Amino acid sequence: MKTMRAVWAIFLKDVRSEVRTRYAVNALLMFVVTTLAVIMFSLAGEVMSPSAQAGILWVVMFFAAMSGLSRSFVSEEERGTTFTLQLCSGPLGVYFGKLLFNVVLVILLNIVIVVLYLLTMDQFVINQPGLFWLVIFLGSLGLAASTTIIAAIIARASSKGTLFPVLSFPILLPLLMAGIDATKLAVEDNVWDAVWPDLQILGAYIVVVVTASYMLFDYVWKD
Amino acid sequence: MPDVIDQLKLSATGLSKQFNRRKIFHELTFTVGKGEVFGITGKNGSGKSTLLRILAGVLTPNSGSVEFRVGGAAIDPEKVIEVLGYAAPYLMLYEEFTALENIRFFSEVRGLPFDTVRARDLLDRVGLPSDRRDVVHNYSSGMKQRLKLVFAILHQPPFLFLDEPTTNLDQDGIEVVYSLIEEQRRHGCVLIATNDATDITRCDRLLDVTTGEVSEAAR
Repeated sequence: MKTMRAVWAIFLKDVRSEVRTRYAVNALLMFVVTTLAVIMFSLAGEVMSPSAQAGILWVVMFFAAMSGLSRSFVSEEERGTTFTLQLCSGPLGVYFGKLLFNVVLVILLNIVIVVLYLLTMDQFVINQPGLFWLVIFLGSLGLAASTTIIAAIIARASSKGTLFPVLSFPILLPLLMAGIDATKLAVEDNVWDAVWPDLQILGAYIVVVVTASYMLFDYVWKD
Repeated sequence: MPDVIDQLKLSATGLSKQFNRRKIFHELTFTVGKGEVFGITGKNGSGKSTLLRILAGVLTPNSGSVEFRVGGAAIDPEKVIEVLGYAAPYLMLYEEFTALENIRFFSEVRGLPFDTVRARDLLDRVGLPSDRRDVVHNYSSGMKQRLKLVFAILHQPPFLFLDEPTTNLDQDGIEVVYSLIEEQRRHGCVLIATNDATDITRCDRLLDVTTGEVSEAAR
């Protein structure tokens, strides 16, 4: 119960802090708008396959997550508040509080990305909306789960900006491959049965990453 | 303060720490009991703050162990932060929040209900205006130091760790620190890491981190 209260307190603190400082949101929105504008201008008139459309969508979601989600731990480190948090909350409260914040942030971010993608890409049509949004939801959970633990690991490194995508890419590869495939199938008007194996991979990925993070975080969090 | 704090003891046994190959301190052994103000001294870089961090459980020693006992029972290392208050110049607060918002967060994250009246009392206690609405970023370093004292005593811990507690404080602030130390002495114990001659006069015993010797303080 105490841990649940700590999780909620840290989540609310991060939300309030984000509303005041716009630490991550500004960077994320600028990245999304700029990237989509570049894609829109460079692909003007080109006819893209569903695979390419799904791939580009996931490229934007991946790099947007890379540009903003590490802030959850990096901002604590840069402000010097990591030690303060260590003194008032156990590792589980911190991990799940940060995870919850990243989950909410990445879900909202990916909704914005998909809406802007739909508005700027005429040929991008979602034939299976329910399936598509389920894939985006599971993909968002997977992105948040893996980037939260990686952010905790790299927060104390000197070259955080470089390390984050370098460490993230191999860990996120299974998620990206399943996510791209499932998104393509949802766009192409496939039935649920065709997408089921990808959904299983996405679900299993989330369970494995959250469980591993839960077990490792104590070591990552302490000096 | 809970009444169960009859048998209160902090025991450190054979604590050693080195960073890379640089030895910070070696085989420190001491105990601190209820009602005691225990000073940790040593020249700059001798490891006073490192020792406090190890005792608080946020840094791992190379060897040795630390045990907290409250009411005669050993405290689970995972729960040490519940019986420990810590104030230090390097402890940072959330500068984008007001003092009350900081206190609210630190209460909630510890699982305590946030009580505005008590929060304002604590601010008054350390000499901070309780009706101030600007964020901590606009505070002077002395005001931030006073707010860190609130962070340390918010949950009424039996063990109070103070690292250079009078840093950045004016004479009024220093008096606040000394009155907190005397108040804490009645309920628990205090560990002070300092080289300040006046702070040292408040201590009962002193540990020299460099030599590992514990001696009675000249009061």
